[in-house]
Amino acid sequence: MRERWTRFFASRWGIILAGATIGLLASLLQYWGNPANMGICVACFERDIAGALGLHRAAVVQYLRPEIMGFVLGSTIAALLFREFKARAGSAPMVRFVLGAFAMIGALAFLGCPWRALLRLAGGDLNALVGIAGLAVGILVGVQFLKHGYNLGRSNKTYASVGWMMPALTIGLLLLAIYKPQFSEGGAIFSSAGGPGSMFAPLLVSLGAGLLIGFLAQRTRFCTMGSLRDVILMGDAHLISGVGALVAVALVSNLILGQFQLGFAAQPVAHSNHLWNFGGMALAGLAFALAGGCPGRQLFLAGEGDSDAGVFVLGMITGAAFAHNFALAGKPDSLTDGVLAVGGIGSAGMVAVVIGLAVCLAIGFSMRETA
Amino acid sequence: MAQVDARGLSCPQPVILTRKAIKAGTFPIQVTVETVTSRENVRRMAERQGCQVAVREEGDEFILTLTR
Repeated sequence: MRERWTRFFASRWGIILAGATIGLLASLLQYWGNPANMGICVACFERDIAGALGLHRAAVVQYLRPEIMGFVLGSTIAALLFREFKARAGSAPMVRFVLGAFAMIGALAFLGCPWRALLRLAGGDLNALVGIAGLAVGILVGVQFLKHGYNLGRSNKTYASVGWMMPALTIGLLLLAIYKPQFSEGGAIFSSAGGPGSMFAPLLVSLGAGLLIGFLAQRTRFCTMGSLRDVILMGDAHLISGVGALVAVALVSNLILGQFQLGFAAQPVAHSNHLWNFGGMALAGLAFALAGGCPGRQLFLAGEGDSDAGVFVLGMITGAAFAHNFALAGKPDSLTDGVLAVGGIGSAGMVAVVIGLAVCLAIGFSMRETA
Repeated sequence: MAQVDARGLSCPQPVILTRKAIKAGTFPIQVTVETVTSRENVRRMAERQGCQVAVREEGDEFILTLTR
């Protein structure tokens, strides 16, 4: 019985079901309160968590997003039910941390991870096309490294408690989200009074959606980066059929709910600076390809005991803190009295993206096994 | 028999190594992986390449035997 379900989830219909569910829930989460075209965004939500903890002090992006906790714990539940929870560690964790940090810096230059790029597209934001093009180029470069022997080395089986670190940490975050303790006057836990961080669906709804997605994604290995990588690397359209279902269902749902607005300029929480939309996502795509999974996939892996993926997640959260503390993140377009001010990133952000690309290339070139 | 030891390697390494072995053409090929993800990914790719795949579980490892 268990094996039959495993085969179903591993099938084409399984991945399409997961993608469609994510697309529908993302659109609904926006309808129920999450920011526009941000029903789900792994990078943005981890950034909001960093803000709520006070790791950065950007006042508009501070909230302990229960979707992220749901992703990890949903995956843990699925892995336990199907006896796939395996504690493993030791595949270049420090490199994964650095890749996570730069992936986040790249994603925040664009203002979204691959998940949000797809959801922005499904909301009519055409800048997403530029971002996805950048993502594809980053992944294309990553695939070249993979073809030439790049890998981060083997992980090893280890104590179960190592695998439980991330789920345990997540439960801690969830308790903070539920009880919202105030540790000092005017201190953490921070929560935004305005901006995207102040927009959220009810906690239980967000958590429930996260758990369901975490469960389905663990079973189906849903991965946005992997979908493009598999097409480029070996013409395998399995994962991308899930991504296609995500976009299609989110698009239809957005049209029905009146959440669709076509164009480039002044899209919600987005900028139309094409060069850095492209460059930011190229960096993110390369970092995700080198680390072997998109930010969502890293959460799901961390949930099933992969502590190296957990380190990548911590890298992303740290990267988010740097992105806001050092003013590297993108500024959205703004409309004042009908006059459009195109957003984008400042010079520090540009330098950070370029440094990130250089670091990723150095990692790609230097970590190759030549057999 | 060709051997591919893909234990502990993260996605997509097991698939890349197996595909190399298939291209080298020495059958049968025995692939050892540790996770169900790798098992399913290798199985899907190998079947697409026209191989028959037999899987057996040994402890917490999976051994896939590819024939053509």
